[in-house]
Amino acid sequence: MTLATLPRQIVGISAIALIGAILALDLARVGAPDLFSAPPALALGSGQAPTGAHCTAQ
Amino acid sequence: MLRRRLFVSLLLLSALLFTFVMAGPRAGLLMAIGIGFGLVLEGLRFGFAGPWRLIVVERDGRGLLAQFVAIGLVASVAFPLLAAHGGELSAAHAPVGLGMILGAFVFGAAMQLVMGCGSGTLINAGSGNLVGLIALVGFIGGSFAGSLHLGWWTGLASLPVISVQGVLGAETGLYATLVGLAALGALVIWRAAPGKRLPPARLWWAAVLIAALALANLIVAGQPWGIVYGLGLWGAKIAQAGGADLAASGFWANPGNAERLGASILTDVTSLTNIGLLLGAFAVMRFRAEPGAPAQALTTRSYALVLLAGLVLGYSARMAFGCNVGAFFSGISTGSLHGWVWLAAAFVGSTLGLKLRPVILRPAAQPKGAFA
Repeated sequence: MTLATLPRQIVGISAIALIGAILALDLARVGAPDLFSAPPALALGSGQAPTGAHCTAQ
Repeated sequence: MLRRRLFVSLLLLSALLFTFVMAGPRAGLLMAIGIGFGLVLEGLRFGFAGPWRLIVVERDGRGLLAQFVAIGLVASVAFPLLAAHGGELSAAHAPVGLGMILGAFVFGAAMQLVMGCGSGTLINAGSGNLVGLIALVGFIGGSFAGSLHLGWWTGLASLPVISVQGVLGAETGLYATLVGLAALGALVIWRAAPGKRLPPARLWWAAVLIAALALANLIVAGQPWGIVYGLGLWGAKIAQAGGADLAASGFWANPGNAERLGASILTDVTSLTNIGLLLGAFAVMRFRAEPGAPAQALTTRSYALVLLAGLVLGYSARMAFGCNVGAFFSGISTGSLHGWVWLAAAFVGSTLGLKLRPVILRPAAQPKGAFA
C-alpha cells in the first residue's frame, strides 16, 4: 500500500486527526473557553452585536 | 455495517457533546450546523467547483442552477432579517478592489486544480480523498500567509464597501439580487445542453437544505456562513505555537482578530462549522455500504503541485475576502457587490484552471500486472 492508494477510510481519519491535533495544540496554548462568558445560544434576539469574525474581515 | 454506522453516529454525537460542554450552546449549535452542511454537501453531492467545470466542459448547468436557487432562497430571508436586526446580525460585505479581483481569479483557477473550493476541500478531505487532504494542509498555510499581506493587497486600487441595500435600499436591493440570479439562471439554461438544464430532485433538496443551514448559521452566529477565516486562524495558531510573533501583523493586531487569536478555536464561528463540515463528510463516507475506491493515484510531482495549489487557494481566498462560500454564496445572498464581482472573476479563472488541470495533475503509471 502506497500513499497514493491509501483507502478512503484512512485518509478521512487522517483529516480528523489533523483537526484533532490543531484543537489539542490550541487547548494546550490558550486553554478551554470560559463557559460563564459564553454567548447566548442565538445571536438573533440576543440584543448583542455580532462578535465573530468572517472571511470578509480586514 | 450496522456497527460501523453506530460508531460513526457516536463520533458525531461525541463531537457535538464535547463542543456543547466545552464552549456552550451556541458553539454546540454551530457544530451541528457544520455537520449538517457536511451531510448535505457530501450526501447529496452538492458542490461548487464541480458544476463550474460541468457547465464549461459538458454544458451541464444543473449544479450551477442549484447554486443560484440556494443563494436566492437565502437572500429572500436574509435581506429582511438583516434590515430588521442590523444590530444583532451582520452581512458578508467587503470592498471591491484590484487585489480582491485578482484573488478571485486565481482562486477560480486553483480550485479546478485541487478539484475543490473552500467547502469542497474540507468535504474532499473528510470523505477520504488524498488530494483534498493535501490541499487542506496547503489551504491552512495559504490563508494564514494571505492574512499577513492583506493590508498590502487592499492598499492597491479599491472601492469602498458597496452593498445593494446601501444603493437601492433593502427591499429593492433584494428584488435586484433575485432578478440578477434569475438572469444568470436563464443564461445557464440557455447555455446548457438539452437534458442537462434543470436540476434533478436531489439537487433541489440540497439547495433547500443548504439554504436552511446557511440561514441557521446567520441566526445562531449573527454572521453568514464562511470558511476561509477559520482556516487562516488555524494557520496563525500553528505559527504562534512555532514561535511566530503576530503582534506586528496589521491583520492579527486588529482587535477583533487578536481576540480570536487569544481565544479557543471552539469559540470561533467559522472554525466550528468547518470542523463540523469535515466530520459530516466523513460520516457520509462511512455510512455508505461501499466507501468508494481511493481517488486516482497521481505522480509525486502532481501531489507536490496539489500542495502548492492548496497554498495558492488559501492565499487567494484571503485576498478575495472569501471563497465560494464567504464571498460568492454569502456575499451575494447578503447584498455585497464584491460577491458578484467575485463570481465573474473566479469563473474566468476557473476556465483557465480547467485548461491547466491535465498538465498539472498527471495520473501515476499503473504498476505492472495491475488492472486498468
